[in-house]
Amino acid sequence: MSRTVREDTGNNVSFAVLEDRAKFIRTETVRLSRIAGAGHYSSTFSCAELLSVLYYDQMRIEPAEPGWPERDRFVMSKGHAAIGLYPVLADLGYFDPSELDTYTRLGSNYGDHPDMKKVKGLDFSSGSLGHGLSIGVGMALAARMTARDYRTYVLLGDGELSEGQIWEAANSAGHFGLQNLIAIVDRNGLSIDGHTEEIMSVEPLGDRFAAFGWDVQRIDGHDLPSIRTAFDKLARGGRGKPQVIIADTVKGRGVERMEMSLDWHVGNLVGEDYDDVMAELEKGLQPLMLAPLTLEPPTLEPRTLETEQ
Amino acid sequence: MTTDMQDESEIFRGTTTGSTRLRDPRSVRGTPKTGMPAFVLGEELADIADHDPRIVVATADLASANRTNDFRDRHPDRFVNFSIAEKNMITAAAGMASTGLIPYVATFASFAAILGAEAIRTDCAYPMQKVRILGSHSGMSMGFYGSSHHALEDLGMLRCMADLTVVCATDANHLRAILRASVEHPNAMYIRLGRGRDPVVYDEVPKIEFGRALRLREGSDLTIITCGSQVRASLDAADTLAKQGISVRVVDMFTIDQMDTDEIRAAVEDTGAILTVEEHNITGGLGSAVAEELLDLPRIRSRKHGVPDKYVEVGPPAALYASYRLDAAGIVSVSQEFLNQA
Repeated sequence: MSRTVREDTGNNVSFAVLEDRAKFIRTETVRLSRIAGAGHYSSTFSCAELLSVLYYDQMRIEPAEPGWPERDRFVMSKGHAAIGLYPVLADLGYFDPSELDTYTRLGSNYGDHPDMKKVKGLDFSSGSLGHGLSIGVGMALAARMTARDYRTYVLLGDGELSEGQIWEAANSAGHFGLQNLIAIVDRNGLSIDGHTEEIMSVEPLGDRFAAFGWDVQRIDGHDLPSIRTAFDKLARGGRGKPQVIIADTVKGRGVERMEMSLDWHVGNLVGEDYDDVMAELEKGLQPLMLAPLTLEPPTLEPRTLETEQ
Repeated sequence: MTTDMQDESEIFRGTTTGSTRLRDPRSVRGTPKTGMPAFVLGEELADIADHDPRIVVATADLASANRTNDFRDRHPDRFVNFSIAEKNMITAAAGMASTGLIPYVATFASFAAILGAEAIRTDCAYPMQKVRILGSHSGMSMGFYGSSHHALEDLGMLRCMADLTVVCATDANHLRAILRASVEHPNAMYIRLGRGRDPVVYDEVPKIEFGRALRLREGSDLTIITCGSQVRASLDAADTLAKQGISVRVVDMFTIDQMDTDEIRAAVEDTGAILTVEEHNITGGLGSAVAEELLDLPRIRSRKHGVPDKYVEVGPPAALYASYRLDAAGIVSVSQEFLNQA
């Protein structure tokens, strides 16, 4: 099998534009959530900068030809953040942005979790967590079999890392040396029921991926220069390993009341709240008002269940 | 054909030892290997792949058991062994299919269908990806390996999934026909295979169309609708019943979903009695699918015959078939009881 590796970097889009597109992702998420009456705000806010850099700067795509075989692939494994992806695809020209006004309405092409049969530009359907990395493994294997040099990007949530299939996929990617497979973990620290390290630990995450044969970078997932630098490093990787970017993010980033809040995984902003949040988002990211989560290394002692105490 | 034995070679070496190829003229216990599905799978896919660069084959650490190693030997660049990680294999196959490849993924039916069910639905059927799931050693053909290795629920679990075509391979030539027809089929597919040494039903590669049953024997008193391993047994049973003056039609309903309703209607009109026979839990499989169609047809006498809704005993396959009356003698007796209850 040929191993074709690409060395080009992104399109050098200005950080001002990327920042503006991240803001656009957040405001569109709020707007579409109001149409639906519910939306995954905070999971989308945590990956807004990542999506912005991927789609507006890094990925090799051709919106006029969604089926272009040489295009880079993107798998939204955390499918509940599709509400942030649809506006990007529309904005890039895959479909008419006015279609998004039907979001979640009966017969719409755009539901809470994305369907590749209905959404132009979507490379794979998702929604059931834990599948996306395997999809990416298949796409990356296919690239090798067909001697194509496209990259496959998979955006993972940190909560879904508890799914066993993720590690089946991680293991196979390491074993097969899928260098053109790039996983990005939106490490926003929270799953639905609480802090990941309380519900089910995912740390030490870099060590876990490294042990499965991956190249690991860890960055601030809201800092645009850091994100771009991490992607640029991918191009110079060349070590024959799949690559993961662990992006430390803040769930709900951009709206103070949502930041690291368990109340906004799914919510509905109405009335003055809607207007207030839109105004807050228009100002762009403000300094973080809360201390970042301390990610304690897992104890070597088995944890004791409360019922056993 | 020796059917009363079951040994390591049958399960883990594709019915023989070593990597003997199909084109080797030798036979296995008196049966030419060209007539054994176990030896057809990898070679037929490799033949197709010789002319079609889209064909990819994957397995989950069972390349020797299902003879996909015959494909690997001829097309190593298009073969992937995912080891014992079936969900990853099926989902990755869907990822491959999304790029235009046509992956055939093979493992024991118990793991392909039952363990892999959600990956089949969510990643293959729902996004309409051309993945072909090959579940070998289905039913209770794993014999004394036990219920963990049996697949007596797969048809019931998978036939209610939309945009998934479910077919059963009857013998070696039928498997060839299915594999050839599968290449251009637009939907995801589950292809249910037997133990690999299934007796011959089709002397030549039959002309098939998914959704169109194959009527193998004419009859006027009873129609047996069957599939897979039970086709040969049903034909043999029909021969015995003929000698008793009972005229039996036998239909190979190899497409479980989408089912040939015309053939069921013909059975209703022509024979007035239907017996379904399957190596599957009596709930949810072929018999249930036929019964669902019968709801919309004129009322006739009908009965389902299959494995009772419980986990089967341990035993070699032939002993299990006899015990659960899924051999020719058993089907004769079930047919007689059914007709005598008129």
